[in-house]
Amino acid sequence: MDIFISKINYVLYFVLFTLGFYAMMAKNNFFKKIIGMSIFQASVILFYVSMGYKKGANIPIVPESHNVDVNLFANPLPHVLMLTAIVVGVSTLAVALSLLQKIHKEYRTIEEDEVLNLMEEE
Amino acid sequence: MKIYYKLVAILLLFFLISLTFDFPVTGDLTSPANLNVSPYYLENSVKQTHIPNVVTTVLADYRGFDTLFETSVILTAGIALILILFKSKRQKYSFSNLPRTTKGTDLVCQNSCKLAMPLMQLFALYVIAHGHYSPGGGFQGGVILAASFIFYAISFGVPNALNRFFKNKRQMLAYLGVLIYAGVGALCVILKKKFLEYVALKDILRVSDEMAHSYGVLFVEIGVALTISIIMFACYVFLATGNSFDDENL
Repeated sequence: MDIFISKINYVLYFVLFTLGFYAMMAKNNFFKKIIGMSIFQASVILFYVSMGYKKGANIPIVPESHNVDVNLFANPLPHVLMLTAIVVGVSTLAVALSLLQKIHKEYRTIEEDEVLNLMEEE
Repeated sequence: MKIYYKLVAILLLFFLISLTFDFPVTGDLTSPANLNVSPYYLENSVKQTHIPNVVTTVLADYRGFDTLFETSVILTAGIALILILFKSKRQKYSFSNLPRTTKGTDLVCQNSCKLAMPLMQLFALYVIAHGHYSPGGGFQGGVILAASFIFYAISFGVPNALNRFFKNKRQMLAYLGVLIYAGVGALCVILKKKFLEYVALKDILRVSDEMAHSYGVLFVEIGVALTISIIMFACYVFLATGNSFDDENL
């Protein structure tokens, strides 16, 4: 139980991950699917950032000195990777929303089953 | 059907939670993520580039290729957005000759926007230029700059904002941003070093090896900020209007 509590943050991110995954699979509304995708991305970003955490460490801004104690500064690598991932996440969200707008203009609905029915009728 | 989805999700959750028993404890100093390459970055950032903020160094110097193509991905997303929502026929107005309008705007909003916008843009430029010494850089500064444009678009209406910011094809600055980034890399190749090896710039700028890295990172960050700010603003404009500047949207 002790070891489970020391990793409770990972469990929370996995709950978020599954929530987003479930929304992407099961929801009928395309907009809810996109929200699910955003939750999915957020869980991955949180997971990476918490991997870069070191106990008792400061932000990775190193003052000029000769000897650097690596354990005093947080791991910069996950921060960099997630910095770019956030911006790419926003741009994929924008492209998804534009496709959604196009679907709504074409079929006047954003429910998946209604769109599929309309596509079969054509 | 839906019960199967729930079953799959719950099974996935239990599978993932069972994986956590193999994970290193949170905050462990000797976990694999904290051992291999990140100590090298922390130890050598100041020595090799004179940049205290290690995140900026890794972003634009050690992993410059990653950021270059990340910026291209964002530019591609912007182009894809315009292509998806573009309709050339039936459109009365083009980007550059939209009529000025006062519909849907409010005096209080407009005046507070006039007060706050210069401060926002000044802060954005500070975040871009001071990314070497404090949290910040091209991505963050570019997004703050885009937020100031979007603020203007919300309080004065999208057509007025487009008249102001996208006049004379200023949206082409998004391409200029990627071009600055790739151009700095190509300049290093011309000066007989590898692509994005900023040491090559030291003869042009007449500085030491370390400061050449620092200036190279600054140029790259400016390019990133240009692309990000224009593409984010374009995303807002196209999603808000659906690229139909007909009478109902003005």
